[in-house]
Amino acid sequence: MAQPLVKKDDDHDDELEYSPFMGIEKGAVLQEARIFNDSQVDPRRCSQVITKLVYLLNQGESFTKVEATQVFFSVTKLFQSEDTGLRRMVYLIIKELSPSPDEVIMVTSSLVKDINCNIEMYKANAIRVLCRIIDESLLTHFERILKQAIVDKNPVVSSAALVSGLHLLKTYPEIIKKWNDEVQQGIHSRSSLVQFHALALTHQIRLNDRLAVSKLVGSLTSGSVRAPLAQCLLIRYTSQVIRDMSNHGQSGERPLYEFLESCLRHRTEMVILEAARAITELDGVTSRELTPAITVLQLFLSSPRPVLRFAAVRTLNKVAMTHPMAVTNCNIDMESLISDQNRSIATLAITTLLKTGNESSVERLMKQITNFMSDIADEFKTVVVEAIRSLCVKFPLKYRFLMTFLSNVLREEGGFEYKRAIVDSIVTIIRDIPDAKESGLLHLCEFIEDCEFTYLSTQILHFLGIEGPNTSDPSKYIRYIYNRVHLENATVRAAAVSTLAKFGFMVESLKPRITVLLKRCIYDSDDEVRDRATLFLSVLGGDDTVDTDKDSKEFLFGSLEVPLVNMETSLKNYEPSEEVFDINSVPKEVKSQPLAEKKAQGKKPTGLGALPAAPSSGFDGYEKLLSSIPEFAAFGKLFKSSSHVELTEAETEYAVNVVKHIFDSHVVFQYNCTNTIPEQLLERVNVIVDASEAEEFSEAASKALNSLPYDSPGQAFVAFEKPAGVPAVGKFSNTLTFVVKEVDTSTGEAEDDGVEDEYQLEDLEIVAADYMVKVGVSNFRNAWESMDEEDEHVDEYGLGQRESLGEAIKAVIDLLGMQSCEGTETVPSNARSHTCLLSGVYIGNVKVLVRAQFGMDSTKEIAMKLAVRAEDVSVAEAIHEIVANG
Amino acid sequence: MELPPKVKNILLLDSEGKRIAVKYYTDDWPTNAAKEAFEKTVFTKTQKTNARAEVEVTALENNIIVYKFVEDLHFFVTGGEEENELILACVLQGLFDAVNLLLRGNVDKREALDNLDLIFLCIDEIIDGGIVLETDANVIVGKAGINSVDPNAPLSEQTISQAFATAREHFTRSLMK
Repeated sequence: MAQPLVKKDDDHDDELEYSPFMGIEKGAVLQEARIFNDSQVDPRRCSQVITKLVYLLNQGESFTKVEATQVFFSVTKLFQSEDTGLRRMVYLIIKELSPSPDEVIMVTSSLVKDINCNIEMYKANAIRVLCRIIDESLLTHFERILKQAIVDKNPVVSSAALVSGLHLLKTYPEIIKKWNDEVQQGIHSRSSLVQFHALALTHQIRLNDRLAVSKLVGSLTSGSVRAPLAQCLLIRYTSQVIRDMSNHGQSGERPLYEFLESCLRHRTEMVILEAARAITELDGVTSRELTPAITVLQLFLSSPRPVLRFAAVRTLNKVAMTHPMAVTNCNIDMESLISDQNRSIATLAITTLLKTGNESSVERLMKQITNFMSDIADEFKTVVVEAIRSLCVKFPLKYRFLMTFLSNVLREEGGFEYKRAIVDSIVTIIRDIPDAKESGLLHLCEFIEDCEFTYLSTQILHFLGIEGPNTSDPSKYIRYIYNRVHLENATVRAAAVSTLAKFGFMVESLKPRITVLLKRCIYDSDDEVRDRATLFLSVLGGDDTVDTDKDSKEFLFGSLEVPLVNMETSLKNYEPSEEVFDINSVPKEVKSQPLAEKKAQGKKPTGLGALPAAPSSGFDGYEKLLSSIPEFAAFGKLFKSSSHVELTEAETEYAVNVVKHIFDSHVVFQYNCTNTIPEQLLERVNVIVDASEAEEFSEAASKALNSLPYDSPGQAFVAFEKPAGVPAVGKFSNTLTFVVKEVDTSTGEAEDDGVEDEYQLEDLEIVAADYMVKVGVSNFRNAWESMDEEDEHVDEYGLGQRESLGEAIKAVIDLLGMQSCEGTETVPSNARSHTCLLSGVYIGNVKVLVRAQFGMDSTKEIAMKLAVRAEDVSVAEAIHEIVANG
Repeated sequence: MELPPKVKNILLLDSEGKRIAVKYYTDDWPTNAAKEAFEKTVFTKTQKTNARAEVEVTALENNIIVYKFVEDLHFFVTGGEEENELILACVLQGLFDAVNLLLRGNVDKREALDNLDLIFLCIDEIIDGGIVLETDANVIVGKAGINSVDPNAPLSEQTISQAFATAREHFTRSLMK
């Protein structure tokens, strides 16, 4: 039995919150660390001090470079003590301090001595420490002893070397690859952990060699690997091989499926789960293949271990999305999980049931959920509400039941996110199921009578204004809306006023009464409310000539044509002056960045640190930059700027990318150049553009870059003239010309004489999509219907064979350069047909909407029906032309 | 998905959610503030559950977290959302049993702090850079809970003070029994 290394005095027994680290302070501990330098090492005290240092680091304290170096140097002295416990702590602190390469040299000899000694504990740990701090030259130097360690008969030593190899492989793949023979011996070791580590490393070494991986898997699936962890790994590799094979067109029986299935009968649950999951995730898995996996998962559902139940229900939940029928067998077991102590399990069970349930079981299920809803956290409730929404869309006949449920939960206590999910669900149901409209609107009305969230109230009022007037009895909503004017804060009051006006405008019989109500609002205490009331009164009171009718309709119901974010920045930049703010000056480009960022945050924060977009590269930045250059100032308003197009390979001497700026009758290429050679200074950098393959363009101006020092990017510009308003296309070839001057890197001074040189860049194209700005619409259906049906152009195209529908859709979106609406760019897997909605603004400020229907037949031939509506018929034709030529 | 099973972190918190010993193996939480925020969310989310008899499990921010409580100590092991829960649970159980053995059954915050060096070593022996190194509690204890003197080393090599320390250790232990 082990005994503790440090035995502290028990004097503090009576203290209430005793901690040996109470009041510990970095400075004092660093002082204490001086005892490491004593000629007579006291192992116990030294161990204690190291523990304190590690504790400090663990609590989030950090050492300065100097402090860390000092500690590191004194710690190295402790290698002279032969005390095992102390040595173990020394290894630990060295790893925590992660010394710099020039310091490492201090300990390598001690570590190597430990690796060569015969105490296994020393050996294993010294290997792990050494590999943590080693650099390439040291690694080649010590390669032999590390290779020896891999085949050490002691499993602890062998594992330590193999795991270190796994870490080192990321940095020094070439060296580690040479260890292959030794590593492979490990796969057949009797120790289960060595098997696991050896298998992992063998696979990593061959990672890029598909054939080798499939050979490895083939040779091992016959049964030499027995350790559970290693078996799990083998299952992962197997499904990877299966995936690769199906990608490369080898169809028919899945040869390795049998192995996965045999793993379902393994003695450890870990392996069974891994195999079951692998089977459920196979591409295009058949129900016959699924059955055995579902059966073992079903057994897990009634396990006494929560982890097992969780794992099973989580996997089944995923399966239910693609193969709901396969999971229905588990429904009874799943229903008993609704009352599971662990709320994560209960929620997963419910959402799975909601996905797999059939029309007849919905009512029973909802009863169970109602009881359950009261005692789970908001976070889980939100998930349930979302599942109910999709259920309602699936079984429209059951809407009454589900709507009642939603309105009940809407009345209960809950936070903002939860309430919003409910409101969103009701709104979706109203949109999709016309029968549900009236009852749904009334539920929402009741909700705003007692709603504490301004945001939700205004959203609902807005929605009421659009949907309410078209109901059978619009007048019954007026009371709810007008109550808001009395009882709420200014924001909600203003929204209520707008909604009233919409009713008044749409329903002729209500107009006089609405006018009376609005008149009362002009005495409101808030400016905005008064302004709106006055404005709407004059709109409503105006003569009913057709012209104003259309204007007012546009005014009340039209959507804002520019993205709100852009509107906000433009308004902020606007300085009060004689000049009136012009809404046409607001850029229409949708910045998709925030969304992407959101996703990145959710997924992995590493993506965030990688490339924070320079603030100046946005549309606003370009506009400012270009208008500040006198040559281009006269070109008028910038219509669109493309994203970067690389004109050089990565890691070349000079990195150049281009941004295409489109004006009404000009095009400006902005070449962003970076000099990556420290010994050079470039001067008079210019881009010579050959436009012989772009007939409609003629060079108008260019602006060279005077000086391009190492690593500080600069821009050169070339401008072309083209026929106004015409979407001219063409191909341009580019050559970078410049004067090179040698730079003395020690002084940073450049020589006086330079040599002229040039550098060939890749070609650049102006395509039709460059004339299209991505502009989203908030409600595609409304926007679509508001355009003239007469102007619709429909045609059908064959897109040939494609891997998947998604690929075809992406190609079409890229070709047109339009914004996809309402998330229709994503295709459910296995779908054979899909409709994608796109919107954009074409050069000349013409709004364009596209409805593209895709279908795929059994041979993966894809056909597309493209319906285009545009404010200008010729543009609709142009869009078809783009597709026809694309 | 990274193919070899990967552990993102191991957390040992007290009954107020404060750190006793933690170890992170990925850059998912780059700063100390981010780490503390994560610990707080995990702690609050699991606080009211009963994870004393069995290892419990939950999902949080694209992570799977398995956990187990004893006295005023809360043990957590985090992995990615694609990870096999049972592997994480196996790591947690290994850690839990090893700590139990090292503290000779008296597992509480005070004992843990008194033997923090052993806890650190224990964590160090279970996971190396996110990769599972060992899950058998007895082996972990064998590697982490070394006596102050290596039992293999012959007695003559012990210094007087070491010998004295060992003797005192044995003496106090026999008194405490």
